[in-house]
Amino acid sequence: MGAREDILAAVRGALKDSPYPTPEVERNYRMEGTDAPGSEPVIADMIEKLEDYNAVVVRTNEAGIEDVIADFLKGLNSVVVPHGLKDSWKEAAGRDGRTVREDSREANLTHKELDETDAVVTASRVAISLSGTIILDGEPDQGRRAITLVPDTHVVVLRASDVYPTVPQAVRILSENPTRPTTWIAGPSATADIELVRVAGVHGPRNLRVVIVD
Amino acid sequence: MSTFLGIPKVLSKITGAPATKAEPGVRGTHHQWVNGDPIPENTLRWGASFPEGAEVTLKNTQMRKNLGYATTTIRNKRNARVEEMPDWQDLRNAASQIKSSTMSRLPELLVQMEENVKAHGGIVHWARDAKEANEIIYSILQEKQVTEVVKVKSMVTQEINMNEYLAERGIDAFETDLAELIVQLGKDMPSHIVVPAIHRNRAEIKEIFEREMEDAPEHLEADPRALAMAARAHLRAKFLKAKVAISGSNMMVADTGALSVYESEGNGRMCLTLPETLISVVGIEKMVPSYEDIEVFSQLLPRSATGERMNPYTSFWTGVTPGDGPQEFHLILLDNGRSKTLANAVGREALNCIRCGACMNVCPVYEHVGGHAYNSVYPGPIGAILTPQLLDGRDHHDPVHTLPYASTLCGACGDACPVKIDIPGILVHLRHEITERNRGGIPSGWDIGMKVSSKVMGNGKLWGTAEKAAKLGRIVAGKDERISNVPWPVSAWTRNKDIPAPPARSFRDWLADEEKAGHEPTKAKATPAKPAGAHAAKKEEN
Ligand code: SF4
Repeated sequence: MGAREDILAAVRGALKDSPYPTPEVERNYRMEGTDAPGSEPVIADMIEKLEDYNAVVVRTNEAGIEDVIADFLKGLNSVVVPHGLKDSWKEAAGRDGRTVREDSREANLTHKELDETDAVVTASRVAISLSGTIILDGEPDQGRRAITLVPDTHVVVLRASDVYPTVPQAVRILSENPTRPTTWIAGPSATADIELVRVAGVHGPRNLRVVIVD
Repeated sequence: MSTFLGIPKVLSKITGAPATKAEPGVRGTHHQWVNGDPIPENTLRWGASFPEGAEVTLKNTQMRKNLGYATTTIRNKRNARVEEMPDWQDLRNAASQIKSSTMSRLPELLVQMEENVKAHGGIVHWARDAKEANEIIYSILQEKQVTEVVKVKSMVTQEINMNEYLAERGIDAFETDLAELIVQLGKDMPSHIVVPAIHRNRAEIKEIFEREMEDAPEHLEADPRALAMAARAHLRAKFLKAKVAISGSNMMVADTGALSVYESEGNGRMCLTLPETLISVVGIEKMVPSYEDIEVFSQLLPRSATGERMNPYTSFWTGVTPGDGPQEFHLILLDNGRSKTLANAVGREALNCIRCGACMNVCPVYEHVGGHAYNSVYPGPIGAILTPQLLDGRDHHDPVHTLPYASTLCGACGDACPVKIDIPGILVHLRHEITERNRGGIPSGWDIGMKVSSKVMGNGKLWGTAEKAAKLGRIVAGKDERISNVPWPVSAWTRNKDIPAPPARSFRDWLADEEKAGHEPTKAKATPAKPAGAHAAKKEEN
């Protein structure tokens, strides 16, 4: 017998001799928060959690997005953008003479090119205020996973209406496309492996800058 | 008679076995693995028995200091983050039920997982044991003609001792998690499942980096930030050129075929995203049935493990995504003693473990002896119930049979566990099995003691009486709530350290009062009276 059949037979045998109780799963935990997605208290909570992770947050309206993106990138020389990012955001990324490199699943930048790029600008799919988490699921305006990983600064645009209070609410939305490669981000890269002192930025981006759009 | 934690050493004489007979897979000449020895072949059973291991580690005062500081910090952080969650007990209940129903349907869920991974372009392998898993990994690497791989911190690759296996065949597996890197460069063994270098302080780490990291900066400072940045620079080049990465997974989702890695540094994302080929080795128990179940574990795991609301990075992927990430994905489903563990109607609950480490952070025994004393990659309370089951180690010949005794049964581990594994109950159950398995010859004092105690523990009423008797311990303890002068066999333990006095109220008393008062037991946090375990844990912080 092959390993597959052996293991399955062993597991079946173990359960047959003493069946495991199969309880009904009681989902009595919080499914929704008291406040509506994108409401004032939810956004305030989201900002507090993000700042606790040392992320920099700026709140703006639709008309202000481009300026905030350009502000966040001040002093940096190059930026990568996913192919599907809004044109005016790409234009903002390229202000002050910055080099803009476009990346897509069809035309990947090399690891070396990404390593030589200072920043990345993306949109996001959904966020959770309870844990200060921003989630990307690889849509064309968020791009491949590598582009938000290798450059040192990640500027991410988050729509207030996509900020949900609880984890189950966000998972509901992700479960519409559950096989997409998904990245949950809670603050910049960090470690606490040396005497449990939190140090921001080990391998991922050391700077996380969030534009929240009302 | 020499004893430790009440385990009489003379037992092995009765059964005719030497106390520290070299087990297959145990190399080296020491009674316990010590830094500098060759890495043991079998990482589930790497040295002598727990009492002997503890005898060695208790002498290492620097390690005890590092560990005491770290566990206290992590406990405080975790408590604060758990307090924030009014539905914590509901999440724990759901997690425990999800895991139970996963185990009862494991064969069909494994097949479903396999189908979903294949449907998304992945390749699925099955491995009965460590050797088989390593052979599969090695054959993939040979085909790719690589001599270097990067890897994500993973308990299961530790369990199968993959790094050593590959090193013997000329392939370097580079650990990329900072703590694992410290352990690897220090030719050390991990001592915690979440914070493997918890036993090391900054000065020791600086020294290891200066000695072992070929590109360490000159004049490296003993400062966590400087050390982390040295690791960043050291690993960046490796990430960018690696062709193959190896990972484990925190959780597999059967109904979609998704795998996940929860991490902090981004080294996980580097490994999961940049190389052309990804190999994930995962124990068959690391399953949940449906995608929505991730909402439960994503709330429990980070708060329990590191006391954070959420770990910085979590990745989910299913098979291969064209144009994004590795274009070849191998999943290796590993048994290695798990199906055997599943057959044990009581002990199998250990398989529900999500490896958060909370039980070791609250364990008074772990805090004092450190992870190396357990002589296995799985230390602490979970190790004490998992290792002997994975290895089927119940015989007095086998050093792992002592692990279920590495506990004061204070209950803190069970209270802390986010999936509500009854660790103290399983410890008692395994002690009973060990006693039963070693019948024959003249019954020792230990045998008789165990027979009596298993009778008491198996009977609710008697156990309640015993708990009341235990309260007398408070009188012996005196004002500082520490017991330091007690008769054998506890004296074996207290010779080395004081034991905390039993809590003023037992958990059962507390629960009974709560129920009488009509409170939901989950409202415990709002009431001044705390269950026994919480009390014990708090006292350890003093
Ligand atoms: S037994 Fe429970 S507390 Fe211990 S590591 Fe496993 S899940 Fe965490």
